[in-house]
Amino acid sequence: MRNLRLIINREYLARIRNRTFIVMTFLSPLIFVGMILLIAYLSMLNSTEQKIIGIHDDSGIFASEFKDTENVQYLDYSGRDLQEARQEVLSNEYFGLIHISNSGPGEKTQVEFFGKDTPGFGTIENIEKTISDKLTRQQLIEKGIDVSEIDKARAEVNIDIQNFAGERSSKMSNYIKMFFGGAAGYLLMMFIIIYGNMVMRSVIEEKTNRIIEIIVSSVKPIQLLLGKVIGTSLAGITQFAIWVILGTILLFGISSFLGIDPMAAQTPASTVVSQVPKPEINQLVIDILNLPYASLITFFFIYFISGYFLYSAIYAAIGAAVDSETDTQQFMFPIILPLILGIYVGFFSVVENPHGTVSTIFSIIPLTSPIVMLMRIPFGVPWWEILISIVVLIGTNIAVLWLSAKIYRVGILMYGKKPTYKEIYKWLKY
Amino acid sequence: MENLLVAENIYKRFGNFTALNNISINIPRESIFGLLGPNGAGKTTFLRIINQITMPDEGRVYLDGKPLHPDDIAHIGYLPEERGLYKSMKVGEQALYLARLKGLSKAEARERLKFWFRKLNIEDWWDKKIQELSKGMAQKVQFVITVLHRPKLLIFDEPFSGFDPVNANLIKDEILQLKEEGATILFSTHRMESVEELCDYIALIHKSNKLLDGKVSEIKKEYKSNTFEVGLDAVDEATLRHELETNFQVGPARFKSIQDDLKLSIRIQENQNSNDLIQFLLSRARINHFVEVIPSVNDIFIKTVTQNA
Repeated sequence: MRNLRLIINREYLARIRNRTFIVMTFLSPLIFVGMILLIAYLSMLNSTEQKIIGIHDDSGIFASEFKDTENVQYLDYSGRDLQEARQEVLSNEYFGLIHISNSGPGEKTQVEFFGKDTPGFGTIENIEKTISDKLTRQQLIEKGIDVSEIDKARAEVNIDIQNFAGERSSKMSNYIKMFFGGAAGYLLMMFIIIYGNMVMRSVIEEKTNRIIEIIVSSVKPIQLLLGKVIGTSLAGITQFAIWVILGTILLFGISSFLGIDPMAAQTPASTVVSQVPKPEINQLVIDILNLPYASLITFFFIYFISGYFLYSAIYAAIGAAVDSETDTQQFMFPIILPLILGIYVGFFSVVENPHGTVSTIFSIIPLTSPIVMLMRIPFGVPWWEILISIVVLIGTNIAVLWLSAKIYRVGILMYGKKPTYKEIYKWLKY
Repeated sequence: MENLLVAENIYKRFGNFTALNNISINIPRESIFGLLGPNGAGKTTFLRIINQITMPDEGRVYLDGKPLHPDDIAHIGYLPEERGLYKSMKVGEQALYLARLKGLSKAEARERLKFWFRKLNIEDWWDKKIQELSKGMAQKVQFVITVLHRPKLLIFDEPFSGFDPVNANLIKDEILQLKEEGATILFSTHRMESVEELCDYIALIHKSNKLLDGKVSEIKKEYKSNTFEVGLDAVDEATLRHELETNFQVGPARFKSIQDDLKLSIRIQENQNSNDLIQFLLSRARINHFVEVIPSVNDIFIKTVTQNA
């Protein structure tokens, strides 16, 4: 135990004193904040820029339907010759020209758009909707149907979601759960890749420095392995903590200084929120407060730690097996694959159906379960599923740690051989 | 208890390759024991087993009469053949770390380190990083780390490789002094000069097998062939030579001499001794040179290895 503490201590100090580590720790928040501010700034630019679109309407009924908005201004060229209108739009560098050709009754309306650039989805959709709405109304009136009656008959539906225990939730609460789960899963993946790699590099360093044999004559290899994994993860937590603190300070400091609202950068979520009527905001607050924090935090730590340990042990074994970082490539794929798979399953399958077969299976398979289960937990997972998943994960952890320790033991004393999977399999039997 | 370390019937296999085949070795207390053998003989594997870095497939190791225990690492100092230090850590800092891993307290380790650094004249290296030191300098630091916790058993794997002659000599003196202070030393090498100077006992390992072991003086006695080198001044060299050849086994000899002698190597019979030869020679020639041929460890090494090839 005493030695383990000494090793953890050394590994921790070695990591945080590393020049790259220090630079990254203090530079990353700057880069991150800089990027957020840049996006916020750009989106502000984007929204102030006004597009001018010309309309050449042969039928004369659609032009008035296009209402100017904050972003788009429409100019009516209907009275002019089409060729002339096109020329004018081009020479004035307007965004484009809509041409609606006259159609007889029963014929399809032809719409054309001329422009320098292809217009965005939003613009096209807007144009199509305007014309189609008008056309539909027109045809309804032609058929002798009272349009105002249809308008009155339009019903607004807002589903009131409750579980059987009677707790209310809203659509919003699903977004919140997705956000929490997704953030946790993504964080874990980043943590594993960054700090797992660090563990691996530190093993390789000891091998190339030839200090490894001096150390294993004093401590058991498994102690060194554990010390490395723990020391490096502590360094990682330190770095994350500094990032969070610095990031927050910088973000709010700079944004208040420049008068940019950093929340504007997170457009989709925040615009949705701002459009939600009052009672739903109250529900939102209740939803956030109602998240099962105790279990969320508990399971976050369980899955975070065991997931990180699982992967770090594999990273360490790889580090022990090779002589230099260039030899690690062939072993990287099997590590990255389940991580990516976990994230994909999480963002596609869990979001779609948190308790579907795919999500359930991947939240039990040990290499993907930390990420997928972390994403599922906010939606409420039956306790026995969590239990199975944790038991499988911890069981795998022990097995992998044992295997890694064997590979580590042999690998750290092997020099000059480029290992193959076959070779490593043989080491397990030494 | 006469032996500090006893290894009994050690076997170690790596897959189909047998690295150690039934090796038994006794290392007497307060002696210097040389483990000899060509490259790849299995020396390093054996040393790693004693250091509990690898486990033997069969066989036992006893330290001080008790089976080797993980806590015994505190009583062993090991300088591996593949040795290095953390490049970016300061000398003093990592010496402290490694000493504390061996069980020393921080204060104790610092005090002893200061002592050794003063002794080897490397005090001003404390705050340097290893990458600023030369290889030989780094090896001095490693030597200090190996002996710092005053282990009963010191194990050096090829200790002199990488040292310049001055430092090699310095280390040699330190090893002798450590022996006088009561340490038992086991070292492996394939360089024979150092064995001749240092070792009391040797074991020879070749292709995973132990070929011979024992006290150096006894092994030499065993390997001597009752041969003497003589330098003779005779009137009639041809007759003398003929007479000698009828009584003994005679061959040419080469040694340095200021005389223009007849130089011969003469092997006597089992039932004869040196006086018989001297008496025979006295009446026939003047003896300028008379020396018994004692095999060097190098000769024994080469002879045994080629015999078993």
